[in-house]
Amino acid sequence: MFNTGEVLETINMIEREHLDIRTVTMGISLLTCMSGSAEKTAKAVYDTVCKKAENIVKVTSELSREFGIPIVNKRVSVTPVSIICAPFADKAFLIGKALDDAAKNLGIDFLGGYSALVHKGMADYEKEFILTIPQVLAETDRLCSSVNVGSSKSGINMDAVSLMGKIIKQTAQKTADRDGFGCAKLVVFCNAVEDNPFMAGAFHGIGESGTVINVGVSGPGVVQHAIESVPDANLTDLAERIKRTAFKITRAGQLIAREAAKRLDAEFGIVDLSLAPTPARGDSVAQILEEMGLESVGTHGTTACLAILNDAVKKGGVMASSRVGGLSGAFIPVSEDIGMIEAAERGGLCIDKLEAMTAVCSVGLDMIAVAGDTPASTISAIIADEAAIGMINNKTTAVRIIPAPNKKVGDSVNFGGLLGRAPIMPVHGESAEKFISRGGLIPAPIHSNKN
Amino acid sequence: MRAVVTVVGKDKTGIIAKISSFLAERGVNIVDISQTILEEFFAMIMLVDITNSNIQLSVLSEECSELGKEIGMSVHVQHEEIFNAMHSV
Repeated sequence: MFNTGEVLETINMIEREHLDIRTVTMGISLLTCMSGSAEKTAKAVYDTVCKKAENIVKVTSELSREFGIPIVNKRVSVTPVSIICAPFADKAFLIGKALDDAAKNLGIDFLGGYSALVHKGMADYEKEFILTIPQVLAETDRLCSSVNVGSSKSGINMDAVSLMGKIIKQTAQKTADRDGFGCAKLVVFCNAVEDNPFMAGAFHGIGESGTVINVGVSGPGVVQHAIESVPDANLTDLAERIKRTAFKITRAGQLIAREAAKRLDAEFGIVDLSLAPTPARGDSVAQILEEMGLESVGTHGTTACLAILNDAVKKGGVMASSRVGGLSGAFIPVSEDIGMIEAAERGGLCIDKLEAMTAVCSVGLDMIAVAGDTPASTISAIIADEAAIGMINNKTTAVRIIPAPNKKVGDSVNFGGLLGRAPIMPVHGESAEKFISRGGLIPAPIHSNKN
Repeated sequence: MRAVVTVVGKDKTGIIAKISSFLAERGVNIVDISQTILEEFFAMIMLVDITNSNIQLSVLSEECSELGKEIGMSVHVQHEEIFNAMHSV
């Protein structure tokens, strides 16, 4: 028989502390869809995604009821589209449209993989593909895009970084009627991972199997509650408490992942341990950091608190599952976290501090809104800074930034739902134009030479 | 297949009777049962076997949740594996 305390603890975590499975993401290889023309390929892509993922909504809903744990999002990630449409990159939008239609047909909220990997160099067809991103994001609803511009092994492709600053600006312009919403579906990575289940950056890497189930767990509220229960603990004990909590969360995720893979006739890929906040109160990474003893997230001590949190989450998760992957750590998206939103609104959290935080957490500058007149070169420079942190520290970093058209510091944008709202954050006014226009490859760091 | 039924709420007369007859009507066998009362707070945990029942776990879960609303208690039914997974190394 079960221990009463343990059973009630689980129920409490789900009912009161927002424990949920944040996403069940099916990774689907599209390599078999490549055909002689863009039209034929698009049709094969649509058919493949609709067939492979046809039961994803039904199965996850059954699992949710059987195990009594909410599964918030059901998603699909696919092989980077730039590879699939290399011979006809100018018609990549046909594949994007087919994927968006497939997502709608399946009843899933996002599909990721309108992506390109250009961390070492950018072929003509890749550049052509990237140029289609703004239009495609403006004309589709559920498709997400990502571009990998650097890696610890290869360095940072500054031509791609420069281009992405312009692409982000164009994407914002083309979705100006929605405050630049298109940019919320576009991520620029350094060290992108091939098995990330979270949007907008999910894609199905070419080293992956045919059809895979990756699961992203969540639970900032559960961790916050665990910290609240030991108000006077020292930091060693606090880390231990977080670790134990992460263990339990991960185990729940692994169980759902295995079961989902079995029922969907896919391989079990990984569990991503990320603490992913939502704009709901009590589901915030910022509030965890404040519970650790900070008056406001963003103040001195924030980076250290986040480092403790991120590491303890990883350790608990790794103990719980031997198939840990994805990004696995704490997410710090500004617009998707009520604590971050409030701190940014009162001026307690700035981009510079967020940048420092990304050196110790699992991703990067995420869901940050800046003024619409921010120059493309400044956005590229922000990407370059992030990519440098990722490259040197052997970790994934990313930038998802929204230069909201016609908005300035003091305004805010509201994307609704899980994407939340964001105050326009100030950026440095001094130019990085000359640096960005130099182009070339930032050489990989010395510690990349491990062979 | 075994599942855990949890009933939590304010203590009152006849809770166990209502739940157990509800389960019996559906061919669900009670394997073990434990109950605690913390102040006025009632918490009952049942381990049940639904192998010989013709009802699916996901349906049973929904029906029990409805029953809970009727009797003013929070009633959950969950596959036992979720507890094994989360609480044992």
